[in-house]
Amino acid sequence: MANHLSLFDISGRAMSAQLVRLSTSASNLANANSVATNKADAFRALKPVFKTVGGQAGTATVGVTQVVASQTEPTQRHDPGNPLADKDGNVWEAGVDSAAELVEMMETARQYQNNVQVLQTSKSLTLDTLRLEK
Amino acid sequence: MADDPLFGVHGNALALRSQRMAMLASNIANAATPNYKAKDFDFQKALAAASSSEGAADGTVDNAVEGASGYRVPLQASLDGNTVELSTEQTLFAENAVQYRATLSFLQGRIGTVMTALRGE
Repeated sequence: MANHLSLFDISGRAMSAQLVRLSTSASNLANANSVATNKADAFRALKPVFKTVGGQAGTATVGVTQVVASQTEPTQRHDPGNPLADKDGNVWEAGVDSAAELVEMMETARQYQNNVQVLQTSKSLTLDTLRLEK
Repeated sequence: MADDPLFGVHGNALALRSQRMAMLASNIANAATPNYKAKDFDFQKALAAASSSEGAADGTVDNAVEGASGYRVPLQASLDGNTVELSTEQTLFAENAVQYRATLSFLQGRIGTVMTALRGE
């Protein structure tokens, strides 16, 4: 049984992937208000890349192949009082869309819960099957 | 496993229910994966195939699942090419879990009957 995925593998690995997604959302929100002196140094939102990991007979789980910086551009703001401001008095704000990150976080939490539910149901059914002879 | 004298159709049915549970769990696991296509199989077709095949060869159930499986047609296509609709998958998963439990109680009944006969009490 090469590359056999049990129900626990499927849901467990999906939960790990969702947890990585949740961590990136948390990092993005934590850095949402950070500023930098130049555009290249400004923080850009991190996004995980999900990829299907196939098993036997139509089963598949999911894994995170890499975490990439998003295309969201940092925005320039005039703030001469900031110690990080350049000679024109401008700073670059992190390229993070806070509203989108919050929505992402809620969706992640829902999908994580779904996987937990699947795991609970399949665990109780497996235990019932093991207790069959009694 | 055409005519299992002890468990009848329920042995195959339990294996198929278990396979279907794994398939639906895979769909739920891949709810956020771009381009993932949700899969499922026709239980009745697979059960008929598994029950009619000759002998209790390994992989009978797997072959039956293979022959009866297909991709789900989404109610509403999403932009990232993912065809998992959580409401559909959750409903089917819950239904399949109940059916698994039903099959389990049929088996439990058979085992109980045989145990009573063996003990001769």
